[in-house]
Amino acid sequence: MVTLQFVPYHEIEDLGSARRVKKLIDIVKQNKIVLLQGRLKKEEETDLISIAMEEFGDKFKGIELAVINPKNNDATGLKKARNNFFRFLLGNRQGLTIIGPANIVTEIKKDPNKIELYTKEAKKRKKK
Amino acid sequence: MINIIKAFINKVLKGLFKKKKNIKLGLYGPPNGGKTTLANRICKDWLGEDMGAVSNVAHETREVQIKEQVNIKSKGKELTFNLVDTPGIATKIDYEDFIKSGLKEKQAKQRAKEATKGVIDSIKWLDEMDTVIIVLDATKDPYTQVNITIVGNLQARKIPVLIVANKSDLKKADVKKVQSAYPQYNVIGISAKYGNNIDKFYEGLFAIAG
Repeated sequence: MVTLQFVPYHEIEDLGSARRVKKLIDIVKQNKIVLLQGRLKKEEETDLISIAMEEFGDKFKGIELAVINPKNNDATGLKKARNNFFRFLLGNRQGLTIIGPANIVTEIKKDPNKIELYTKEAKKRKKK
Repeated sequence: MINIIKAFINKVLKGLFKKKKNIKLGLYGPPNGGKTTLANRICKDWLGEDMGAVSNVAHETREVQIKEQVNIKSKGKELTFNLVDTPGIATKIDYEDFIKSGLKEKQAKQRAKEATKGVIDSIKWLDEMDTVIIVLDATKDPYTQVNITIVGNLQARKIPVLIVANKSDLKKADVKKVQSAYPQYNVIGISAKYGNNIDKFYEGLFAIAG
């Protein structure tokens, strides 16, 4: 069984960078897949990788990470201005960040319309 | 008073000179993209010697390596920098992958442990860089989160970036795909192993660091 835990942005909004990253890593270390509303700052993404490597051990092999950031590059004129305005208002609340433990999630494939999460169990079943 | 002003001007000038002399050029990217092969190519071309060992097993470079005072010349211009070859950045490391590559369990576990430290060091060194070359394997998907995170971080830190789509000599290489993934950057397709298009690479390097 795979557990997904949704983390709304307001839960990390007031935390400092270090505490944000720690909170997310702590959930992942419980073998849960984090679905974070929005995204982390760029520097926090690298901190997340660093901390994941620091926590490396027999039971924890790191993380699989995917950030989905909706961008409508085809928009022009008023639509583009409106999109930019909402992006400015929402900031890092936009999009979705998926963080899974590498011992469960082997790969995350992104597509504009779908997200595919490959887990170890699914791969084994495929082999059978 | 004049002495104080003189000392201040000297300090500023020395600071500028020192900064220029010690440009740090970092090679960044995911494991097995060919960072050390490119470092060796640069060092061979301009110093006549290799920089580090390369292998087909990922995470061969597990410590940051520095070659000081590399001086390159192109079209009458000259550039001196300290070349910093960094371990590949990955979000996960599994010793079983190294066993599949032919390593014994004990060696594989040791390599995994050292590789994690290498990733941490690479990220720590980001703050030290003046210019970065991101080395991507042109036969692989350029849209991975690790690549996007590295590029985004350098952008956020306002560090000039040149992207290299390496292994262009291989049939599966798709330089155009790498170029379309990062349209805001100069992406140059090269083969660090055979030196293909290396002159274009040096021109690109002068354009961002010269």
